[in-house]
Amino acid sequence: MNGTLAARPGLVGPVISLLEREILRFVRQRSRLISSALQPLLFWILLGTGFRASFQVPGAAAGSDYLTWSFPGILVLVILFTAVFSTISIIEDRQAGFLQAVLASPVPRLAIVLGKVFGATALALGEAGLVLLAAPLAGLPLTVSSILLTLLALAGIGLALTGIGFCMAWRMDSTQGFHMVMNLFLLPMWLLSGAFFPLAGTAPWLRLIMELNPLTYGVRAVRLALGAPAAPGDPSLTLSLGITAFFAAATLATAVLLVRTRAGGPGK
Amino acid sequence: MVEGVEQAAVPVQVRELVHAYGEHRALDRVSFQVSPGEFFGLLGPNGSGKTTLFRILSTLLAPASGQASIFGYDVAAQPDAVRSRIGIVFQSPALDDMLTVEENLRHHARLQGVPRRQRSQRVTELLTSLGLSDRRRQRVGQLSGGLKRRADLARGILHRPGLLLLDEPSAGLDPRARRDLWRTLDKLRGETGLAVMVTTHIMEEGEFCDRLAILDEGRLVAMDTPANLRAAVGGTIVTIRADKPDDLARAICEQMKIDARVLDGAVRIEHADGHALVPRLASAFASRMAAITVQIPTLEDVFVQRTGHRFEDEQAGEPS
Repeated sequence: MNGTLAARPGLVGPVISLLEREILRFVRQRSRLISSALQPLLFWILLGTGFRASFQVPGAAAGSDYLTWSFPGILVLVILFTAVFSTISIIEDRQAGFLQAVLASPVPRLAIVLGKVFGATALALGEAGLVLLAAPLAGLPLTVSSILLTLLALAGIGLALTGIGFCMAWRMDSTQGFHMVMNLFLLPMWLLSGAFFPLAGTAPWLRLIMELNPLTYGVRAVRLALGAPAAPGDPSLTLSLGITAFFAAATLATAVLLVRTRAGGPGK
Repeated sequence: MVEGVEQAAVPVQVRELVHAYGEHRALDRVSFQVSPGEFFGLLGPNGSGKTTLFRILSTLLAPASGQASIFGYDVAAQPDAVRSRIGIVFQSPALDDMLTVEENLRHHARLQGVPRRQRSQRVTELLTSLGLSDRRRQRVGQLSGGLKRRADLARGILHRPGLLLLDEPSAGLDPRARRDLWRTLDKLRGETGLAVMVTTHIMEEGEFCDRLAILDEGRLVAMDTPANLRAAVGGTIVTIRADKPDDLARAICEQMKIDARVLDGAVRIEHADGHALVPRLASAFASRMAAITVQIPTLEDVFVQRTGHRFEDEQAGEPS
């Protein structure tokens, strides 16, 4: 026993180590790298071009088209894809034994959540940052402040969505189940966030759902930060950012609680 | 706290441990102790409760009642103290296939709290000692099952634990890789005095252990050295192949006053000292025998004797 090398691992070291692993894995899976940025871009070009003729931005000057209007939502979709696919690996990690080893190590439970969530958010931000470079093509000129504000809003959305993904993956033992929830819950959440069509002009019940959807305020924040067409009278940038920050804090707190109470994950 | 001081030297102390999933009692009042430097085996078929016990000792599952402590620290009340003193090798290796052997080890060294200054040295030391130096830059996903297991073993002992827990370490290994694993464990014990507790459903693996506990349906049915367990079944088993086994068995019963039965077309005699019996049988019935063998009872025989049923080796079953 005298020879033991184990000290208290602290919080920062393990978080950095888990984050590094997340990034290394991602960089080495080239297909993931490409698909999570390319798929939303493809959606944008196809849908944007298709809707161009029929879509008129409510309350905006003539000439602004769907390609411009939908660009902020596409950035959020990049975040959603990258963040969610990163959290799927929690299920794979449990099947492979990796997660058990982490759980049976003296690492603080908070570090397990933060390492995963920060790692996935960093990857999502990197991908969305690349797509952001296409903003001038969408007719949205970039300035230093618009870039920084957009990244800030996207970071908040990234933390919140990774937090949700973490909580879902933690309770599941198959990746198929996760894909189902992704299709039945997360994609509709994006569709009803004002990313795909505006709140204005929708049926009252739908508008209510959209207003209760926390992601609506994330999309709104990105829209305002980029100077993209927005309906007047909606929440300000500060309020939208505030709601997004609260959304992120809530999902992260839930994830930490879940890890503390259900150490072993589902089953067995 | 006098007890605590004494207990600090005991790698594993389990008292009256109970755990249930709903109605099903996975562990039923299990008690045992593992001594320093000992190789302790937990042998049982799938569903016997050994994985549940393993998860409790790994701090991944809290016991329903009873007590389990590692070097004097309670697994439920002081999990972090336990976690820094045990190394765990899970059934499925805890390494990331996308990362190299060295990257994996450095990552886990950080998670285990190995001090920064010692990390590189410790990783190099283990790679050398486990014969993995030339693989350090290879991705784990490209390694063979045996090498992957060895790399995972290195991961388990990075922080120099006093106790190593292994869950079905031979899963997916061929016999050569299995022997190699046990030789490595033995070497580590020689170097560091490591105590090892291993769960297995493979009989031959039980033979590698100093002491063996046999678990069946959550209960401990036997615990001793493999040799003593076998000896307790009763001496030896003499098997004779013959053209007419029934006639021969009858003749042996009548002339030598020993119990001989026919099983699977051969004469079978359970006898305290089969070796002494062979020359007597040979001189009396040489012309009627084709072959004669003397066997020591296997652990399978032990299991059958203690539980009254066969050791089921269901590969497909989920461990409980």
